This record gives sequence, structure tokens and C-alpha cells, in this order.
Amino acid sequence: MMEFSIWDLIRNLGVGAAWTLGLSLTAFVLGGVVGLLVLAARVGPWPRLNRLAKAYIVVFQGTPLLMQLFLVFFGIALAGVDVPAWLAAAIGLTLFTSAYLAEIWRGCVEAIPKGQWEAAASLALSWGEQLREVILPQALRIAVAPTMGFSVQVVKGTAVTSIIGFAELTKTGSILANATFQPFLVYGLVALGYFLLCFPLSRFAARLERTFHARSH
Amino acid sequence: MLVRIDGLHKHFGANHVLKGIDLRVKEGEVVALIGRSGSGKSTLLRSINGLETFDDGLVEVDGERLHADQTDLRALRLKVGMVFQQFNLFPHLSVGRNVMLAPRTVRQTSVAECESLARAMLAKVGLADKFDAYPDQLSGGQQQRVAIARALAMQPKVLLCDEITSALDPELVNEVLATVRQLASEGMTLIMVTHEMRFAREVSDQLVFMHQGRVHESGDPKDLFAAPQTAELAAFLGAVG
Repeated sequence: MMEFSIWDLIRNLGVGAAWTLGLSLTAFVLGGVVGLLVLAARVGPWPRLNRLAKAYIVVFQGTPLLMQLFLVFFGIALAGVDVPAWLAAAIGLTLFTSAYLAEIWRGCVEAIPKGQWEAAASLALSWGEQLREVILPQALRIAVAPTMGFSVQVVKGTAVTSIIGFAELTKTGSILANATFQPFLVYGLVALGYFLLCFPLSRFAARLERTFHARSH
Repeated sequence: MLVRIDGLHKHFGANHVLKGIDLRVKEGEVVALIGRSGSGKSTLLRSINGLETFDDGLVEVDGERLHADQTDLRALRLKVGMVFQQFNLFPHLSVGRNVMLAPRTVRQTSVAECESLARAMLAKVGLADKFDAYPDQLSGGQQQRVAIARALAMQPKVLLCDEITSALDPELVNEVLATVRQLASEGMTLIMVTHEMRFAREVSDQLVFMHQGRVHESGDPKDLFAAPQTAELAAFLGAVG
């Protein structure tokens, strides 16, 4: 059996953590872009698209992330396309993230008084201009805290991608735990890794929230 | 005729709120819509720029027609300005930016031109020095005057005023009414829903009394105030003093 020093563990877990971070960033950025589109579909003046977006959100919020990953991973494979685990993980998490962000942001958009839409509309701004120039800048301020809060959920959510074999932090941890017979030490380090990723995000969210509150314009 | 409304009908569910409204407004005319709450006057006003949809009838402003179910409202809204009871200034933008937003976004006027336009409009309502202030730093009366300047910056053919002094403290009402009076004297076409009866009598050319979704009585304000022809208008004027 191979001997692992504590440094070997940390070095290997570091690589896994980097994958976790990369996957989180990918899911968050792509999920944000898709989420913005879903948001527009959800709140825009198109009844049919509204219902579709609502269904999208309900489906992704109403099923476990793990099932979504399985469906993406095995579903695409069923169509004859071989999906690598990292791609399935990225797609699954992006869909999941987009649904949650769209719903969080919808709440923020709906918190803006109706009079703001009406004033912008009466100035002949199109719906998209009303959203872009008047509603979103105001909604952004209230969206910062819940959005950053959700980003912590995304980081922790990446752990389930270990089940389809993506070698992020948790998967790396379970491999090392099996190889070293020291699960408590290894998973302790894994937990520490997640904490080191998530804690700065929480702090950053709190700081952003204070800045946005202090600067009222 | 600058504004023509023909046979306007609207339902809110089972509630028939506009029961066939006809209205004509000439260029430069000031029209005051009065009536009890629920009489349909705000709904009628909001139909003129498409903030309220209607079920049947026609609205036409300066040749721009609006039918029931129409979704493209841009051409109409370029001709119609609106001022709201709750001001509805954009809180994230400075006063100057509030006024500049629509000319910049919709008409794509250059920033420099927008700025001089905004300064001119703010000077018109007596707030030239507030260009860089934010709405929450202004009094209600000042905010409402900014809202007027913002609407005027789009050079509308007609300005709709929806109870624009109702949310103001009593001592701030007059500065806003003075601004409206000045616009009227400059020949701006105005349609206003108001509870300020004395102001309506002094400033308007046409008084429209709405009752249960219909134009119950209309005409020269001096005649109507002196000798209302219907019991309902007499009762209304008696009630509001």
C-alpha cells in the first residue's frame, strides 16, 4: 500500500477543490445568463412564455439536484452521445442554478413598485428598456444578498456531482479515504476545503449588502 | 381634434367600468375629469396612453389610433405624456437623469442635447438647481414638478395628469398647481383627473363629470358649477364643496 503524507492529501484535495471551484464558477456564470433569460420569460408580457418559464422553475425546484444530474448524464447517453462527467455536471448545475436564480430575481423584480413600470411605459420605453433602464438597476440592489447567498448553495451543491464520477473535492476525498483508511481525517480536510471556498463568499455577500445599503443611489 | 375617444368600453371582470365613453379634446384645451372614486375617471385617463386596456372602442391622439387589443403602443405614447399621483420618479437616477432617460433611450438624442433639454425643462418648473439631486432629497411638490419636467422632455402633444396633487401635503399643492396653470397658459393640451374643484373651475375649458362609467354631464366649467343640470353633479359638487 502506498503511504500518504498529510501534504499528499492536501495537494490532491487542492486539485479536487480547484475543480469544485471551476464547476461552481461555470454553473454560476452560465446559470446567471440562462437565469436572466428565464427571468425575462417569466416576467415579460408573453403569457405563454410566462407559463413555460414557470414550469421550468417548478420542475427544477421540485426535483433533487441528484436526479437532474442523473437525467442529464444518462439521458444524453441514451441519445447515443457520450457525455463526460464534467460536462454533465456543468449542464446539470447550470440548469439547476438558472431556475433558482430566475426565481430569486423574480422576487426582486416584483418588489419594485408597479408605478415604476408605468412611469417608464408612459415615457414610451419598450418593455425591454423599462426592464433594463428602470427595473433591473433597482432590483439589483435587493438581489445582491440573496444571489450571493445562493452562490454558497451552488458551491456545496457541486458535491453531488461526485456521484456521476466527476473528480471534484468530494470525489477526490472519497478516493483518498478509501486509499488511506483515514476517512475522518480526509473528510475533515474536505469539509475544511468547502468552508474555505464558502466563507469568503458569505463575507463578500455581507460586505456587498452593506455597501449597497449605505449607498442609497 | 387632437384627442378623440369613441365608444370606449371596459370591464374589470363582471364590473362594467366604462360604458361607452365619447370625448373630444381640441389642441390647447384643458379638460378636467371629475367624479366620485370608482366612477371610471382614472381608468379613462389611463386608457388614453394604453396603461389600461379596453374591450371596445377607439382612442385617437393626433392621428395615432389605438384599438382594443393593440399591443404596440410606442407611437401613441410618444404623443402622450403622463404625470402620476405618486410621482413615480426613478429613485436610482438623479433628477437630471430622470428627465434625460426617455429622450436618450427612446429618441436616441445625444447626451449633450439631452442634458441641455433636461436643464431647460427643469428650469421651466423652477428646479434648475436640482439637476444633480436625487428624488429622495426633494419635497413631494418638487418631485411632482420633476415628474412634469420628465414628461415634457418628450414633447408630448397632450399631458395626462392623474390626481397629481392628491399625495401632497396641503402646503405643497399650490406650487404644483401653479406649474400646471403655467402649462395651460402656454397652450399645452391637458387632461386631468382632479379633486381640486376650484382649480378645475379656474383653469379648465371643459369639465367632464363621470358617474357610474359614463360621462354624465360635461361642458363649460363655469356653467356646470353655477347650474349643474343633473342631480348627481349637484350632489357631487355639494359633497366636495
